[in-house]
Amino acid sequence: MSVTYIDAIHQAQLDLLKERDDVFLYGQDIGSFGGAFKATQGLQERFPDRVLDSPISEDAMVGMAMGAALSGMRPIVEMQFADFSSIAFNQIVNHAGTHFYRTGVPVPITVRLPCGGTPGSGPFHSQMVETLYAHYPGIIVATPATVSDAYHLLKQAAVLDDPVVFCEHKFLYRWLKTEAIEAEPLPLGLARIARPGKHATVVTYSAMVHEAVRAADRMADEGWEIEVVDLRSVKPLDTDTVIASVARTGRLLALGEAFPWGGVSAEIVSRVVAEGFHLLDAPPMRLNAKDTPIPYHPDLWAAHRPTPESIIEKLRELLNL
Amino acid sequence: MAPFTTVSPHASTSVDAALKLMTLKVMISSRTLESKLSSLYKAGKIVGGVYLGTGQEAFSASLGCCLDQELDIFAPLIRDQAGRTGFGEPLIEATRTYLGSVLGPMRGRDGNIHRGRPAQRRPAMISHLGTSVSLVAGMLMARRMRGELKGVVGATCVGDGATSTGAFHEGLNLVAVEKLPMVILVADNQFAYSTPRERQFACEKLIDRAKGYGVAGSEVDATSLTACLEVISGAVQAARAGEGPQLVVGKLLRLCGHGEHDDASYVAKRLRESNLGKDCLEVGIQEVLDEGLVSEREINEWKREAAERVQEAVAAAQKDPTPDPYQEDWKAVSEEGMQ
Repeated sequence: MSVTYIDAIHQAQLDLLKERDDVFLYGQDIGSFGGAFKATQGLQERFPDRVLDSPISEDAMVGMAMGAALSGMRPIVEMQFADFSSIAFNQIVNHAGTHFYRTGVPVPITVRLPCGGTPGSGPFHSQMVETLYAHYPGIIVATPATVSDAYHLLKQAAVLDDPVVFCEHKFLYRWLKTEAIEAEPLPLGLARIARPGKHATVVTYSAMVHEAVRAADRMADEGWEIEVVDLRSVKPLDTDTVIASVARTGRLLALGEAFPWGGVSAEIVSRVVAEGFHLLDAPPMRLNAKDTPIPYHPDLWAAHRPTPESIIEKLRELLNL
Repeated sequence: MAPFTTVSPHASTSVDAALKLMTLKVMISSRTLESKLSSLYKAGKIVGGVYLGTGQEAFSASLGCCLDQELDIFAPLIRDQAGRTGFGEPLIEATRTYLGSVLGPMRGRDGNIHRGRPAQRRPAMISHLGTSVSLVAGMLMARRMRGELKGVVGATCVGDGATSTGAFHEGLNLVAVEKLPMVILVADNQFAYSTPRERQFACEKLIDRAKGYGVAGSEVDATSLTACLEVISGAVQAARAGEGPQLVVGKLLRLCGHGEHDDASYVAKRLRESNLGKDCLEVGIQEVLDEGLVSEREINEWKREAAERVQEAVAAAQKDPTPDPYQEDWKAVSEEGMQ
């Protein structure tokens, strides 16, 4: 029996509710309906007092979670779509994000953000928002790419004492499967080598890990060995693993599904250039989505985000330099 | 410099004399402290800003003094020095925060009215108005989930300007949906910074909104100590008794600028001279004198004591160490290796 990415998120929440009395879930339609993506299916039945439907009030949802966290609970808030977390932005970055520094009292909340594009979802149900939250101090940003990470990073997030923005990719929900969740989790904060190689490094996270691996697989037919680094969390950002990979390959492509202005891929390039300039055999490159809102039509959407084809094109350019 | 202690938080609706006198004492303390803070600001001893609650002391102190310091939650806002003192915040926390002492609750990392001790059920406000409504709701819901809500009241204060924010609306709606034991005070002080209420909202009376939210509502002449205590103690008791959220709108005029940098010249003389412009401290003193609860001599003695306590709190904070940028840990998260 296989486990999907969304199964892992469901299982992590179920296990947290079972293991800890202080965990509760809060979000729109997450009760008897089981959530827009069924990440909480059947959980309210088992934990009626700790799986609560919220009004359509993202600001108040996070404010409420923060208050509960200050009173000893460990809330997990489900945003129906990451895009809607813009309404909760103030509570996340200004209220929760500043709290430990200001008062010395940490705020153990986890905000789950179903992010990233799927065909036909359009401008307001497809966005990547990890850059926004990573920019602000006081917030941890997890970006799982695998089924096992979806499970373990969510479980780790819920027991961390600080606010965690948990970016789960909707495109992976049902498509990505594994036979069993790995027993030995890697800690949050460490990147992993998703595919080893020696000619160039692709540093990425979330769903783009799979696109990068596909691109690398195809290039292997031509003899190129491309290393893919899965960041797992963009804050903290495991610069050591990235630099070590660039030291092996001498070439860097920073890849992300987010908009191109600034962001995680720019941060990676910046760190590698600043700390590992001498390791580079060619100028580092970036590949992101296009600088427009995310289009509705599946053909436009597929061309808006990086694809194995556009990644290969970029890698060829990088390898020819 | 012991903090004020609550007098009979569970008293009956009729306001007893001890509670009224304690609230007046708190108002005097608050006015005295804020007057000193203003002087320190004008002398360049306080940087950033000083935000006063002049004219709002009766409304704010009544809430602070009606809450149970050992049990309840109080999230004050910008003009709630009186409520803070009434709820037991020691004066030294105000002076230390304004003067940036590392021994204060904010350790120089935040200043002025942005202070609190969440573990003592006194959250530290942020500047974004309305955010405390859902925060207090969450503090109450945590208690409900653990079966510890019985007898607890959560309270917060906003001004008429904050009622225009999405956070206030979302928060109050959530509080109503969850039927929480919460008291929300709206100081309808006629101006949000310089913006008059007719540019802030179009309903005739803010209290009309209570029905729309599905919460109990009451309006009070907030220039009167007696009226404030009657209405606010009633609201606190109703919330404690399980009657759900209570919205209380206080009608008054802010008798100071938005901050001490602001001369409030936009406030019309006619408004200042109207009933709204009465000074609640003078009214409150007259009320207790008329009731024969205390003599003028005793009130003067309270003012002298308040000045002494304020002087002590300022002097102590001025001797405190200030933060050292080279010793600062610059940590924004509590967990190691997560920044």
